[in-house]
Amino acid sequence: MTRTYRATEEPMLPPASSLAILLLLFFGMGLLALASVMLGRSEGDGEGESASVAHGPAEFSALLEEDFTRGLDIAAREGEYRVPPPPFSEGIFPCSDCHTGAGEGDAKRRALEAAHTEIRLEHGGEDRWCLDCHDLRERDKLRLANGTLVPFEESYRLCGQCHGDKYRDWRSGIHGKRTGYWNGPKRYLLCAHCHNPHSPRFKPIRPLPPPVSPSHQARPAAGVAAETGGGS
Amino acid sequence: MSPDDATRQDPAAGPRSGEGVDVGRRAFLKAAAMGAAAIAAVAGGCGPRAEEFLQKNFRELSPAELARVLARLEEEYARKYEKKVNVSATGALPGTVFGYGLDLSRCVGCRRCVYACARENNTSRAPQTHWIRVLQVPREKGVDLSEANAYYDPPAVPEERFAYLPVACQQCRKPPCVKVCPVKATWQEPDGVVVVDYNWCIGCRCCMAACPYGARRFNWAEPSLPAAEVNPDTHYLGNRPRMKGVVEKCTFCLQRVRQGRYPACVEICPVGARKFGNLLDEKSELRVLLREKRVLVLKEDLGTEPKFFYFYGT
Ligand code: HEC
Ligand code: HEC
Ligand code: HEC
Ligand code: HEC
Repeated sequence: MTRTYRATEEPMLPPASSLAILLLLFFGMGLLALASVMLGRSEGDGEGESASVAHGPAEFSALLEEDFTRGLDIAAREGEYRVPPPPFSEGIFPCSDCHTGAGEGDAKRRALEAAHTEIRLEHGGEDRWCLDCHDLRERDKLRLANGTLVPFEESYRLCGQCHGDKYRDWRSGIHGKRTGYWNGPKRYLLCAHCHNPHSPRFKPIRPLPPPVSPSHQARPAAGVAAETGGGS
Repeated sequence: MSPDDATRQDPAAGPRSGEGVDVGRRAFLKAAAMGAAAIAAVAGGCGPRAEEFLQKNFRELSPAELARVLARLEEEYARKYEKKVNVSATGALPGTVFGYGLDLSRCVGCRRCVYACARENNTSRAPQTHWIRVLQVPREKGVDLSEANAYYDPPAVPEERFAYLPVACQQCRKPPCVKVCPVKATWQEPDGVVVVDYNWCIGCRCCMAACPYGARRFNWAEPSLPAAEVNPDTHYLGNRPRMKGVVEKCTFCLQRVRQGRYPACVEICPVGARKFGNLLDEKSELRVLLREKRVLVLKEDLGTEPKFFYFYGT
């Protein structure tokens, strides 16, 4: 993208031609409107039931109301990054609350019964085991293939070992998500905020409702109009 | 007209010279509008005030006139919504041309962006105005819009068979909509954002006919926006509440991006499919993806040169 941008340099239209164009367009639009009424609309094809109701963003405020600049200082220098804490289930961390180190050392692959029974490993093949990622003794850390221990705040280093391409994209901001200021301090998400490390495939989610189809677009109901002060 | 003339970069600069402005045309249109307003006033029992009709095109306002316009709007909104609504007119940041990237291999079609956009940009709730439309397209079709469906509503997305293609204003470098506007109520700012002066728009909808992406919306009826839901941080050329009879569309969240923030849709996207940045900045994620990924623009053959890039992050 080497092209530089220039604002349009069109002169404004002279009066006679703009008038002519306007008139033409008014007629044209009128004809079009007439035609669309007579021919019926095809736009509504394939619409679901809910395309007849105008849902508003207020219904989903729990999903939408998030201030991603909270806690970021715009005056901070560019290149400052913050990461929200790892998405642990409540009460699970520090792991060393239970894993005291004493009497541990069972590296055997087995079905867990006494704890973590909700964990299903669905991550690249049958032979995946906890200790590919977790350390047998130091439970509060993750373990890289070369034995290096890394804190959960840096779990991306673990993922990066096997997903080098995604890791590179993530570092340059293409994979994953950055919020905050495009020209200033940012917040980014860990891989684990979007992917459950044990079962990383993105889980399907419920979509927000479809738009109202043109055939159901209504004028504001009397109640709504009154509430908003109507037509001023 | 020089690029600088296209926006209010420096509020301290003197009044616009009015170069290239055709007073005769304006006088004519205003006279016509006044006539119509008089009729409307008789019929409807209410009408906008004279000042509003005498207001010039945004780009021709002197700093003092602009300040008055903004104050008038703030006062109007305060009365209408019973709360303080800020209307800014921040100009383009020097050295920025905004671009947008959307990762087609990530998007799951969840429509979070659609509603986050509506909320941020004060679009009408009923009739419902959405600036973003998410199209569901059969996977084997690629980016072929002939079987696109905007009304899909399965219990969960993504569905195996489909890809999802969110479409909003493509912020073309050669915007056909700008070309056809008979009154120059829509133009491209120096940072590349195509904007509308809602007060200058005459509602002829030429721009809508000209837009190959169906990205512009017309307020057929008085927009409704519950006072409690008004986003009070607005921009004159962006998300300030609109009125009946004018055209609107995505502005990359002008009110946010000129303050360095990301657009609302970027921040809400749960899969991180949406990328935003300065095309002039080598290091921006946008430039990286343009270099490294398979990128496409919609209807490239039309020569509109969108600054909205779809890409495959795979
Ligand atoms: C692919 C690497 C990987 C494998 C294999 C793996 N884990 Fe994890 N596990 C992680 C990462 C990374 C986290 C941190 C997630 C976070 O940041 O919240 C984690 C988190 C956890 C947690 C905390 C979960 C929570 O609810 O917050 C437990 C418990 C756990 N792992 C146990 C196990 C067990 C038991 C196994 C084997 C059955 C296992 N892990 C296999 C990478 C892995
Ligand atoms: C509530 C107590 C408790 C907490 C908290 C806890 N664990 Fe465990 N964990 C256990 C028990 C008990 C077992 C043995 C389960 C079995 O053998 O059936 C176990 C087993 C494991 C195993 C697999 C088997 C092994 O011995 O190698 C891993 C890995 C593991 N825990 C990781 C973690 C991590 C990581 C955390 C913190 C994020 C954590 N645990 C927090 C109780 C706990
Ligand atoms: C020891 C190597 C290893 C590590 C460490 C690892 N992965 Fe994987 N991952 C794999 C393999 C192998 C696959 C399967 C690849 C395939 O199917 O093409 C996979 C698949 C995935 C997938 C695709 C899942 C799907 O079904 O589409 C995601 C997402 C993923 N990993 C995320 C992560 C994250 C996040 C981490 C860090 C918490 C991580 N991985 C750590 C080896 C690893
Ligand atoms: C903002 C959320 C988000 C973050 C953060 C994120 N990913 Fe992903 N990732 C996704 C989505 C969405 C997909 C596509 C859905 C899917 O196929 O599961 C995906 C797909 C993947 C895949 C499968 C690629 C394929 O070809 O299908 C891998 C591997 C992966 N991510 C690894 C990572 C790693 C490693 C990190 C951290 C360095 C990371 N992701 C961070 C959202 C995220």
